[in-house]
Amino acid sequence: MSIINNINKVFDHRIRLGIMSVLMVNEYADFNMLKELLDVTDGNLASHTKALEAADYIKVEKQFIGRKPNTRYSCTKLGELEFKKHIEALEKIINKH
Amino acid sequence: MESKDYLKDLNEIKDLMNKSSRFISLSGLSGILAGTYALIGATIAYWLVTEYSYGTLTLDGYIFRLCVLILLLVAFLSAITGIYLTTKKAKKNGVKIWDATSKRLIINFLIPLIVGGLYILIILDQQKYGQSGALMLIFYGLALVNASKYSIGDIRYLGYIQIILGLICAMLPGYGFWLWVIGFGIMHIIYGTWMHFKYDTK
Repeated sequence: MSIINNINKVFDHRIRLGIMSVLMVNEYADFNMLKELLDVTDGNLASHTKALEAADYIKVEKQFIGRKPNTRYSCTKLGELEFKKHIEALEKIINKH
Repeated sequence: MESKDYLKDLNEIKDLMNKSSRFISLSGLSGILAGTYALIGATIAYWLVTEYSYGTLTLDGYIFRLCVLILLLVAFLSAITGIYLTTKKAKKNGVKIWDATSKRLIINFLIPLIVGGLYILIILDQQKYGQSGALMLIFYGLALVNASKYSIGDIRYLGYIQIILGLICAMLPGYGFWLWVIGFGIMHIIYGTWMHFKYDTK
């Protein structure tokens, strides 16, 4: 079953889906923006961004704005592709029922 | 059972994509009021020109300066009303008024608008004032189309209408005043009313 194959285990969590959704339509998003949009705690968000980073689906850039550290995320080409595949698979499953 | 969860996932994805990239707290009511200001301004200008200037306008005349003042006042009042009502709506929706989405919206709206404004000032300075009404409509329309990518998509249609009115106005400069009244006055009121009932009264 090719449909099941396209369901990506890495995305199998609503916070990870959320992070990817935001990064698909924005060039980049910083930690606080994601936190506000997804309404999650620091630790929770950090663990999910790490998982996505480990899979090479998102890119992390650490920088300083003035003296404040700022972490911003963007989507990689691979992440974009995989996310699109995942969404298509979800849509197919829904249409089948 | 599982597909229901997936549907929820998809809806959430769509919602997040919209929320993170578009500023949707624009108030419909501010469109209605902007249109009303434009109509009041146009009425006063029309009355001034027919009563005191024998129905014609000359660039260096006193009446012309008054008309420009009215125009600026209409633009200023519309902007203030828009900002005030949009801030109020954003607060009600629990979103920040000044975030990445609203900044992007303002910047993309202002680029065509300021370029157009400067261009109109330049050609006015060269005594070519016949097309200024058309140019105002066209550049305003382009600004709306450009901004629509970062806000409620419907703004695009208002933009298209302004561009078309502007092109008609360029062909028929004699009807410039009336096309201006339709574009900035009546269209804003119709559009604002439509937006108000579509989004604000939920």
